[in-house]
Amino acid sequence: MSGGVVTHMQQNSDNQEGRNILDSITYLVGNAEIIKDMVSVPAREPFDREIVEFLNEVSRILMGMGEAKAYPDVVTLGFWLRKSSVWNLKKRFEKQDGNLRLGRGIVFHIAPSNVPVNYAYSLAAGLLTGNANIVRVPSKDFPQVGMINSAVREALSKFSSIKKNICLVRYEKNKAINDVLSAMADVRVVWGGDRTIAELRESPLAPRAGEVTFADRYSFAVLDSDMYLDLDNKKKVAEDFYNDTYLTDQNACTSPRIVIWLGKRRAEAKEIFWKSLHEIVREKYTFQPIMGINKLTSSYLAAAARPGIKIEPHKDNYLIRVAIFDITDDLMRWKDNSGYFLEYDCEDILELRGLCDDARCQTIGFLGKREALVPLLRSGIKGVDRVVPLGKTMDFDLIWDGYDLSERLTRTIEVK
Amino acid sequence: MKHNMDFDEILSIDPYSLDKGKKEKMLTERLVELTERHRENCPEYRRILESISYSREQVKSFRDLPFLPVRLFKELSLKSVPQEEVVKTMTSSGTSGQAVSKIYLDKITSSNQQKAMVKIVSDFTGSGRMPMILVDCPSVVKNRSMFSARGAGILGFSIFGAKKIYALDDDMKLDVEGLKEFLEKYQGQRILLFGFTFMVWQHFYKELLRLKAEGIAFDLSNGILIHGGGWKKLVSEAVSPEEFRVRLKDVCGLNRIHDYYGMVEQTGCIYMQCEYGYLHASVFSDIIVRRPEDFSESEAGERGIIQVLSTIPESYPGHSLITEDEGILLGEDDCPCGRKGKYFKIIGRLKDAEIRGCSDTYAVKFK
Repeated sequence: MSGGVVTHMQQNSDNQEGRNILDSITYLVGNAEIIKDMVSVPAREPFDREIVEFLNEVSRILMGMGEAKAYPDVVTLGFWLRKSSVWNLKKRFEKQDGNLRLGRGIVFHIAPSNVPVNYAYSLAAGLLTGNANIVRVPSKDFPQVGMINSAVREALSKFSSIKKNICLVRYEKNKAINDVLSAMADVRVVWGGDRTIAELRESPLAPRAGEVTFADRYSFAVLDSDMYLDLDNKKKVAEDFYNDTYLTDQNACTSPRIVIWLGKRRAEAKEIFWKSLHEIVREKYTFQPIMGINKLTSSYLAAAARPGIKIEPHKDNYLIRVAIFDITDDLMRWKDNSGYFLEYDCEDILELRGLCDDARCQTIGFLGKREALVPLLRSGIKGVDRVVPLGKTMDFDLIWDGYDLSERLTRTIEVK
Repeated sequence: MKHNMDFDEILSIDPYSLDKGKKEKMLTERLVELTERHRENCPEYRRILESISYSREQVKSFRDLPFLPVRLFKELSLKSVPQEEVVKTMTSSGTSGQAVSKIYLDKITSSNQQKAMVKIVSDFTGSGRMPMILVDCPSVVKNRSMFSARGAGILGFSIFGAKKIYALDDDMKLDVEGLKEFLEKYQGQRILLFGFTFMVWQHFYKELLRLKAEGIAFDLSNGILIHGGGWKKLVSEAVSPEEFRVRLKDVCGLNRIHDYYGMVEQTGCIYMQCEYGYLHASVFSDIIVRRPEDFSESEAGERGIIQVLSTIPESYPGHSLITEDEGILLGEDDCPCGRKGKYFKIIGRLKDAEIRGCSDTYAVKFK
């Protein structure tokens, strides 16, 4: 059988070539048969009771796993999947317009290769919105992935009617497989940044299929120094900020790359804030030798390009701070990860406009008075999808990255 | 009284004759001066020094000097002379799509690089030129003004050859007839061989092995082989440095083999391997092994990241650099081979960071 363009998308998995491709994938949950039959799986209404119970069971199993306790991201996932937590999302979703909502059908998810538990949130979103799901999990063998999949399998043994709604697969980058799975999809959800999106976009979707893409984004933190200094539990702030940053090597789209200071007692606040963070970092973070070189390179490149910046003297390479004195549109060119913070003293909140007026600007992690930010948020900026307290930047929600997933993954039957 | 330490003074010193105390004094003088020179003439370098609030007064020893990551030369064009004075631009080898380092040489720096190299290598081979086999192909030294590391190495070392022959033709095949003739002509004389480690293995050794099986043997027991370029490519063939030497000796009798450590960002002051297998810092340069976590100096025997310092670079700020190689300092001034100065070994490249995050591009932006 020669290569050639695969057309007639919807029927792809029915022909021999499509079937061969499906057989070549590694299945962690589910199998090729389930994928082949997925097109006949009926869509459910969002927040279907059985689905909610199933996810609650997954949550129960995860929270009961001894080894899961060592992984805060798995613990957080377990919490999020609880019935009570999911029910809150349902309340927000409920509309009283008399129309019927249903899942769209099949959702094909591409998970980011380097955030271990993200795929589980994507799967949960797909299930809660009433869909059948094919999820490509990270190629890397994260322990979290093993734990979550084992919990899913165990829960499926009690909820066997949901088996046909879930297929978790693993394969190295492969256009032929992307083609087959994209062709079947009613929605394709692509995590992993601009390059991955470009790659998946080489695989056509069906005419009515939708796409949700999570592109390269950046985030920053704003701290009111006076308010910070008045807090009793500064250690908690440090822990929260650690979770916002070092937990994903400060490389998630939600990870603050710049720390912006408001208020009067900035010098004092900085001293305590960075010191308490550094203590936690030294204790918890796995430093890789090349990181010092990476961050030295970034700081020197920034210095060479932007006269006047100052690299804060540092005892070690775990935490690097670079003081900048103006906010320009291209500031994010100089970002780095694994503990590298640009730092800026802000007099007037509107100075931050350049940073926020970019569709790539995603999250503001905030410690301060809400009113302080409002003028900025109201100044007609193109970016900023959410303002959340420190420690919460990574909390997943069905409204994510500016998309309302409960709307994107469902369809509405108008009943007049 | 302060006097300007210029390079000719350093050239007049025997390359491995300075012990720690004298060397520290000499290096500090020269390197602090170079730092000033580059600060004045290279704007990007000046901004970097300003960002770390560098102050000459606070420098007690060359060990306190800032160091640039070698990667910077891939991203920036760093030079301390006007473009008209640049006579050569060296580039590092890189796989396609990778950025390469750009090193700008003026006449003085280029000439000093060569002079330093002659002094260093002669300490191992004896002075005076020898018949020389270059284990590479003639086309490697094509474009004289834009050099790759391989071309620069071959050209640099070829000055040691009185009569030279390339071991390979432009199709990378061993020039068997040419080599036979050459070895017959210079029978009984010391022969110098030079080539990059991978080239020597892939295109020289393997061919000699094949020929030997067919009954054609070459006798290089009078030869000295100098090779460099790293062992990365041979790792995939599972060839260790020990095996490399043993196999070469087996196939052609070569028993004087010297590896060397060097880089395009600091040519000239190479670190030659002595008769006991240790890499040596000459009077022209030095190394400091630094702990990755905080760049403090490692103890002897403790692995760390290699910083290299060179007295040579005047046209570009390459006198104090931190590499991405890991190594171990073995000792100073007391090597059994008798040479003074630090001696060390290289463990290998630092691994790229494996980091998490939503975007699928890995940590190293500048691959």
